[in-house]
Amino acid sequence: MSEIDNRRLLLEKVLKEHNFQESALLEILHRAQEIYGYLDKDLLMDISGSLNIPPSHVYGVATFYSYFKLKKPGEHIVTGCLGTACYVKGVEQIMQAIEAEFDLKRGGSTPDGKLSLLVTRCIGACAMAPSIVVDDEVIGKATKGVVIAKIKSVLGGVKAET
Amino acid sequence: MSIGTVKLKIDGVEVTVPEGTMILKAAKDNGIIIPTLCSLEGLTAYGGCRICLVEISGSPKLFPACITSVSTGMAVTTNSEKLKEYRKMAVQMLLAERTHICSVCVADEHCELQDMANQLGVDHVMFERNWSRDEIDSTHDFLVIDRNRCILCTRCIRVCDQIEGVHTLDLKLRGKDSQVIMDLDEHWANSCSCTSCRKCAKVCPVGAIYIEGEPIGHTKRKDIAEFILTRRNRK
Repeated sequence: MSEIDNRRLLLEKVLKEHNFQESALLEILHRAQEIYGYLDKDLLMDISGSLNIPPSHVYGVATFYSYFKLKKPGEHIVTGCLGTACYVKGVEQIMQAIEAEFDLKRGGSTPDGKLSLLVTRCIGACAMAPSIVVDDEVIGKATKGVVIAKIKSVLGGVKAET
Repeated sequence: MSIGTVKLKIDGVEVTVPEGTMILKAAKDNGIIIPTLCSLEGLTAYGGCRICLVEISGSPKLFPACITSVSTGMAVTTNSEKLKEYRKMAVQMLLAERTHICSVCVADEHCELQDMANQLGVDHVMFERNWSRDEIDSTHDFLVIDRNRCILCTRCIRVCDQIEGVHTLDLKLRGKDSQVIMDLDEHWANSCSCTSCRKCAKVCPVGAIYIEGEPIGHTKRKDIAEFILTRRNRK
């Protein structure tokens, strides 16, 4: 409980730093995500009320940028690059294989909250297409087998630790 | 010539308009109608539909007339074969983007997109259609939104913000996923700020927002924004 209060205090500090200015919305969303990890609807409503910006506008800004996460991300994050080069090289098939294997949809997480599958447009590693990022590690020239094995080892590693 | 006016040629006709006027308005004031879908008098310009593209001599680019201001000596062409082709393509893309089936649409025969397609002679769509199947939100007492028919002109959003002043509506996401939302993407009935003023239904150029059980011809009122603004300013 106290942690939650602390987060709100931190957000309050950020809001004050920016003098509750409407123009600071983007910066405040950034900081709010740093503090809370993701932006849920209550938080967006809170920001909307504090800055006196219509909630629909805050929601519009938060969804426009793929950087902002509106759902709680999983412990491990797999990001598929759907840029042109990766797409041509067949990243779509790998994404589908991941979706089928771990029973989740892109943009979502597994029910146990262990794994999230995200999509991005070009990570700048076109020469290594198709690329998949597992947590912070880029897998270049990815194949279904290698990626799924990697994800399984990452998932398994946590289980072993806890 | 008084200070603050600009002389330019629109379709070969020399016209004089106040400085800062947009080409679309300058043409309209001089009896030249440039077709458009997103622009509406009384609301700020948006420049999203790309139907009002015009040619300006000396530039190979096309300019949206609603957000390009006039300048001295400009020679504007509002109607040419090239422009007609571009406008046709823009309409076809709008038709292909979602699900537009006139025969089952509430706005049939009262639809600006349909009129525009007829006027430009769009008899087929050369792009593969998306056939979107988004849920229709009819949770509100009488307002209904069918996002499959939406062309994202943002007229409803602008009228909600600038005339009604509540800004219930806005856009979420971007590109092909872009949608008109109420508050934090709530169902319309759960929207805490909507005043049920119906202005969004009045300005919708297509059948995306309509009033349940009311003839669409009765609902549509393109001049509502200007109508209200004129009366407000009289005070």
